[in-house]
Amino acid sequence: MTTKTSTQRRGALGSSALRPDGIPKVQGRFAFSSDAWADSMLWGATLRSPHPHARIVSIDVSGALAINGVSAVITAKDVPGQLTYGLIASDQPVFASEMVRYAGEPVAAVAADHPETARRALDAIRVDYEVLPPLVDAEDAISGSFPAIHPDGNVIRRQRIIRGDQSFVGDVVVEGYYDVGMQDQAFLGLEAALALPDDAGGGVELFVATQWLHEDQKQIAACLDLPIEKVRLTLGGVGGAFGGREDISLQVHCCLLALTTGRPIKMQYGREESFFGHIHRHPARIFMRHHADWDGTLRRVEARVVLDGGAYASTSSAVLINAVTHMQGPYKCEMATVDGYAVRSNNPPCGAMRGFGVVQACFAHESQMDKLAAACGLDPVDIRLKNAMRTGDRLITGQVMDSVAPVERCIRETAAIPLPEPLPADPDPLLIPGGAGLTARRGNITRGIGWGVSIKNLMYSEGFDDYATARCRLANGVATLQFATAEVGQGFVVLAQQIARTVLGVDTVLLEPISTAIGSAGSTSASRQTWMSGGAVDGACRLVRERLFEHVAATHHVDPLRLVIDGTDVVDSMGTLRVTVTEASKDLTFDETFEHHHRATEELDENGQGNCHVAFAFVAHRAVVDVDTELGLVKVVQVATAQDVGRVLNPLAALGQVEGGIAQGLGLAVMEEIVLENGRMRNPSFTDYLLPTALDAPEVVVSMIEEPEPQAPLGAKGIGEPPCISVTPAIVAAIRQATGKELPRVPVRPHDIVFG
Amino acid sequence: MKVSITINGTTQSHDVEPRTLLVHYIREHAHLTGTNIGCDTSSCGACTVHLDGEAVKSCTILAAQADGGTVTTIEGLTKNGEMHPMQKAFMENHGLQCGYCTPGMVMAAIGLLNENPKPSEEEVRLGLEGNLCRCTGYHNIVKSVLAAANK
Repeated sequence: MTTKTSTQRRGALGSSALRPDGIPKVQGRFAFSSDAWADSMLWGATLRSPHPHARIVSIDVSGALAINGVSAVITAKDVPGQLTYGLIASDQPVFASEMVRYAGEPVAAVAADHPETARRALDAIRVDYEVLPPLVDAEDAISGSFPAIHPDGNVIRRQRIIRGDQSFVGDVVVEGYYDVGMQDQAFLGLEAALALPDDAGGGVELFVATQWLHEDQKQIAACLDLPIEKVRLTLGGVGGAFGGREDISLQVHCCLLALTTGRPIKMQYGREESFFGHIHRHPARIFMRHHADWDGTLRRVEARVVLDGGAYASTSSAVLINAVTHMQGPYKCEMATVDGYAVRSNNPPCGAMRGFGVVQACFAHESQMDKLAAACGLDPVDIRLKNAMRTGDRLITGQVMDSVAPVERCIRETAAIPLPEPLPADPDPLLIPGGAGLTARRGNITRGIGWGVSIKNLMYSEGFDDYATARCRLANGVATLQFATAEVGQGFVVLAQQIARTVLGVDTVLLEPISTAIGSAGSTSASRQTWMSGGAVDGACRLVRERLFEHVAATHHVDPLRLVIDGTDVVDSMGTLRVTVTEASKDLTFDETFEHHHRATEELDENGQGNCHVAFAFVAHRAVVDVDTELGLVKVVQVATAQDVGRVLNPLAALGQVEGGIAQGLGLAVMEEIVLENGRMRNPSFTDYLLPTALDAPEVVVSMIEEPEPQAPLGAKGIGEPPCISVTPAIVAAIRQATGKELPRVPVRPHDIVFG
Repeated sequence: MKVSITINGTTQSHDVEPRTLLVHYIREHAHLTGTNIGCDTSSCGACTVHLDGEAVKSCTILAAQADGGTVTTIEGLTKNGEMHPMQKAFMENHGLQCGYCTPGMVMAAIGLLNENPKPSEEEVRLGLEGNLCRCTGYHNIVKSVLAAANK
């Protein structure tokens, strides 16, 4: 069979094959959606509400229409179809008509011959608002003390989990409140699209950066009152996503302007508008109480989880389910009392971001595990090892953990990674808290070590069939793949090629444009595309291989069941026949399409019981930090991690996912927060919303735990989300150890450390 | 006003509004879209190009200031089909995922090596501090720059 060297050279599964978009991306030739251009195009722009809560008394667009160069001004009354959209509930207006429910909500859009003309037109639209007090405290939404701000009410979803003895009290009880701030996905490539009206008859074509073409297509078609086939989408190059492109932003506005004007429309947000234009990670307030035996055995968790969904539902109900069903963490626990709310407010809408509800849950349960360890006289590693979940254990939802669950191994392999050298007496100033600011005095720097371990569900839950489709054609030894899987940077394009090379024994794998010309691939989210679209590409390639084998068998009079692929040849495993795939497929075309479905899941019942998740992945993080206790500045020195990945399919790409996720988790731990004041965003820019830089990124030491997952088509689990989940509590635990402070919220700010 | 700028070896003249930023000139007048806009506040470095041999954020400079100058963008690095060693290094070391920061990173990294041909890892990190990447966590980017420096 093929040797490892030839696998490496051929770019098959298991090799660090180079991404096909690598060359255009390093040459500046890769077309991001912001690069799309049409000669006769107009520029679209959006008018947004300055108020978090107000009644619209009147809108006068005449001033804008009078400006030379303005072709159209559209408001809610120009929306031909459904007036609202949304991923789960259709509750978000295309344009606000009677009420505005968050500061930044779209009220109108214009098309003009130049971006500056469009901006002047926005200024010329007169909107008369009756300003109302905003609902900004999630507890006011729950208590009913605030009038409903939306016809669907102020509670988006409530879900309890009730399991076991509800009056059980442990020998040891620890509790606390934990808060998570609002994080932004901060993908670097700003929202942008180009819509082309279809000359043939009332349709529209959209080039857009998104995570899920077919879901966009469905929502756009409903709002435009067009049959689905009249709305065609092609993926524009996507500059990162991280959940922030799962919801509609400018899609409907852009298409509607194109249909209204009969001209191509280009829309692109600047960074400030991007902060208003997409959803964010839910801020959370979580109360947790852990009950354990004297020896530290976890018996019961109690939790109250409140997620602020902002003005519209987006995916809040699914984020809530993830949060409440992951409250036990990656630990055995037989009893639970969890009460969770996702509420509506006049804050900016929240939805998907990498980790999807589990980030919030993990910060709480890991902070609790450290409290429990201290109360039981155990160290943070021992308490986690003692309670580590295993395959076959039952979750607090009653679901049996039937994924590979190497929690103990994740912890042990992380612990085995050498700690960094102690901080020298005279350290390089760049490497200590405050960095290039040169603010830290050596004597004020204290080191701390902290732990975090997490469990994360993979794919969509609660009965959702998020299937993926792929097509494979083989002709003359060249495979061509087609799928609608959004490549957002994660590298699915190279994985797809690796699969085809491995299954079909071809070297050349061409990729069709990513578009709605083929069936849905589901969303690039929930750590699901390697499993789902990988499974679809694998399935399509296997069907083609069967057809190829049938053809070779018929030609050479052998049993097709004896044929295998060896390198780039078709070989009779029990005979002497050997023919290259190129030769075997000469002047022939084998063309197959495959849909991959994961196993069915169930909705939770009123007690939060049910097999609601498909599968799970695990990860452990150990963080080492240096803290300047005088100024409250933190330098994360090292993050050690062992991640349950099933199987590594592309080592360099996998490493990139882990390192990138850790940087985002570090951001939430000590830097990143959208600061709100009475519903208004105070820092919608990269000068005020701080992202980790190359100097903030710690040393990362990674151990990949490879225990192939039997359920997964390629044995590989999704790896995108776990890296950013438990690293946040690990860093905070390390800061707690260094400072002795309680630090119950993230991000940890300098004043929390100095005065907290 | 009229500006004349040599971009990637070709001198171009355009009538622009005086307020036109160099990055908009590059993208919308010279139609070179490899240079990206990520923040509008000079924070992210996605728009980094070389002006008269020095790495600059092209959103902080007016096209008028570059009048008579020489600009190299990411598209100008590949000569006769041969990629610049820094481009190769980013490709081979997975120094990119979504690729949006990549043109600016590559231009900043070349500027860094022009000043300091054999930087330490920390010097690379300091040198790229003005360029944000949201995907990679920077490690593969730093490795790419060190690999290019060692070629």
